[in-house]
Amino acid sequence: MSEIRSSEQLASAYEQYKGLLATRLGTVIDDDTRMILICGGTGCHASESEKIVKNFEDQIKKNNLEGKVFASISGCFGFCEQGPIIKIFPENVFYVQVKPEDVEDIFTQHILNGQKVTRLLYEDPILKEKKETSEDISFYKLQQRVALRNCGLINPEKIEEYIAASGYQAISKVLTEMTPQEVITEMIASGLRGRGGAGFSTGKKWEFASKYQNDEKFIICNADEGDPGAFMDRSIMEGDSHSVIEGMCIAGYAIGAQQGVVYIRAEYPLAVHRLEIAIEQARQMGLLGRNILGSDFDFDISIRLGAGAFVCGEETALIHSLQGLRGEPGTKPPFPAESGLWNKPTIVNNVETLANVPEIITRGAKWFSSIGTETSKGTKVFALAGKVNNVGLVEVPMGITLREIIFSIGGGIKGGAEFKSAQTGGPSGGCIPKQYLDTPIDYESLASIGSMMGSGGMIIMSENDCMVNIARFYMEFIVEESCGRCVPCRIGNKRMFEILTGITEGRGTLDDLNELRALSETIIDTSLCGLGQTAPNPVLSTMKYFMDEYEAHVIDKKCPAGVCQKLLIYEILSEKCIGCTSCARYCPVNCISGAVKQLHTIDQSKCIKCGACMTRCKFGAVVRN
Amino acid sequence: MISPTCSIEKNHPQFKDLQQYIDSLKINHENPRRKDTLIMTLHRAQKIFGYLPEIVQVFIANHYSIPHADVSGVISFYNFFTTTPKGKIQVNVCLGTACYVNGADKVLQEFEQVIGVRSGQVTEDGKFSIESLRCVGACGLAPVVTINDKVFGKVKAGDVREILEKFFIEEEVAEKEAANV
Repeated sequence: MSEIRSSEQLASAYEQYKGLLATRLGTVIDDDTRMILICGGTGCHASESEKIVKNFEDQIKKNNLEGKVFASISGCFGFCEQGPIIKIFPENVFYVQVKPEDVEDIFTQHILNGQKVTRLLYEDPILKEKKETSEDISFYKLQQRVALRNCGLINPEKIEEYIAASGYQAISKVLTEMTPQEVITEMIASGLRGRGGAGFSTGKKWEFASKYQNDEKFIICNADEGDPGAFMDRSIMEGDSHSVIEGMCIAGYAIGAQQGVVYIRAEYPLAVHRLEIAIEQARQMGLLGRNILGSDFDFDISIRLGAGAFVCGEETALIHSLQGLRGEPGTKPPFPAESGLWNKPTIVNNVETLANVPEIITRGAKWFSSIGTETSKGTKVFALAGKVNNVGLVEVPMGITLREIIFSIGGGIKGGAEFKSAQTGGPSGGCIPKQYLDTPIDYESLASIGSMMGSGGMIIMSENDCMVNIARFYMEFIVEESCGRCVPCRIGNKRMFEILTGITEGRGTLDDLNELRALSETIIDTSLCGLGQTAPNPVLSTMKYFMDEYEAHVIDKKCPAGVCQKLLIYEILSEKCIGCTSCARYCPVNCISGAVKQLHTIDQSKCIKCGACMTRCKFGAVVRN
Repeated sequence: MISPTCSIEKNHPQFKDLQQYIDSLKINHENPRRKDTLIMTLHRAQKIFGYLPEIVQVFIANHYSIPHADVSGVISFYNFFTTTPKGKIQVNVCLGTACYVNGADKVLQEFEQVIGVRSGQVTEDGKFSIESLRCVGACGLAPVVTINDKVFGKVKAGDVREILEKFFIEEEVAEKEAANV
């Protein structure tokens, strides 16, 4: 790796390395050359994708195909449900749920004999057809990859491949052709808004920070992705850390900062590891450090780990945490752009926001703003999870409808169940019911239906999920994560959690529902930071759209979805029970009585509603009401 | 530079490890920004000791020239840090939303039943501890359970005994392999 000291040297490095991606991009097709990419994201990594790489390497050696056939890890392909995924180029064949022991078959059949391994191809769940390439798979059809442009294309641990994918061209352009003000103007024109949740204009934020004169300024990358069920930022850092680094450099140039800090969750060891590698490689090539690309611009980045506090996603709390303090939020104003880390002008941008920046600079604000809706430009990455067939990471243009995401990309609801709601925005967001499936998704429309864009977590729930219980789940999360500084958040949310627990256990009253509303209002109005101000949202939105479920719990003491254990009654049907004793033997509290070949009965006073009897009964004699 | 007074600390290999790490940070005691690395140091210390007992906290506070209260205040704020030892075998059940709606709470209940302690506790012999986590970001594998560094995906209630067995067998194989080498 030699240093790159000017734009010309970067251009020649690009020429030198671009061949690395030729097979993958299909620009050069040589009959014998094969590139095997194996997903190395956290999900696939957990399913032994590393062993798969090793097995391929062994096969390559065994067959003396070194230099002809290559195996490499890549960033996340996004289709996590079907992991581990491997892709073979140039044919672009997509194999799913590959196990280390499948490697020999793939190698012998596909690489050596040119026959596709049909059993490992993805099968469309509706059409029951095998699909060979990712382009044929409905999961990928409506997607448009901007922030994820390199995830699943390059090896994230090789800076050469990032350069081959036109990496660091944007910082080069900025340093040679643009003034800081021009960069800011371009960013404002692009319409990019913060992808961490609040949706503030990124360019305007930079403009504020650029106006404050100071000898020191900071760029912070907020990689504290605390929203449960969200993994967009993790995937970007694991699959394409360099784009985040480049985005930070550009932000640094625009506002006049020389130092960057990535504040990343300690729960993401693989992302930390990849980021460390990327920063080190960028330093070695001179793309971080002093006089970047021969200019007088200096910029370097350090990594700081979070320690498991959701509130540290809030920028003032995050800054406190970086200063080695308890991560409690502070008052705004002054905003960090004026006085942030060590009281210096500071920009806090989210990972996905920063990953968009180089692409906006390279392709222009006009191109970026041509994607999306009137107020929300570009694409958004969503982590689609929950009761949906195709769990994974999807990047779609703003303005797409929920229906398209859930049913076209997501392949519908698991087990053919009925869709009930989509939860976006995590613990600060809300549950969107069926009647809004056709709402085009952007910042404003989601807010108008009681939810929010949030960082991009999207949890799909079916008829088998109880919305009261989900509200209770989020409230439990908030109670654990409230920093305790503001009384309404610390005590009010705890009180709401207790009320919701009571409702799910059959102790709820109609007064409780009024109490929940009153508490919500107070907490929203009187909390200091975003965590408190949005904490009641999951409760309010479920009360708004699923009042019938609350009423069923409170008035009839029933859980319509059959989730709240204390409200369930297990009974044995006399006409179906043959007296096999199976249920009685498996009952953990011995509350089922009955002799062999005689009707069994459950003692309701002892039953803990675990459902073991129902799963054990082979005759469908145990029913849940 | 304030050095630790207790001789046990000086000679103990774990403290030596920590000392080495702190030395590498070159903390300037006059620098008002020196706490910048405190959380990183606590991460390292917890990795070395498994938890953060008072003696370690005081050791760190001395090396930063800050009050012990500053260190313990930070530790008590962040979920990741613990002042009580964990079990040798740490079972973590992810309770992120995606895992939760796929039945992770039932999986947690079963681990609690099988191992015999509640989430957040350690067995008397110090062998097992159970914790619930908030999202490891592997939502495609929901519900997710990790045992030490091993990840188990798409776990269902009823799988728990099998998972523990599998974990033990793999551990034993790994140990034997290590012994043979």
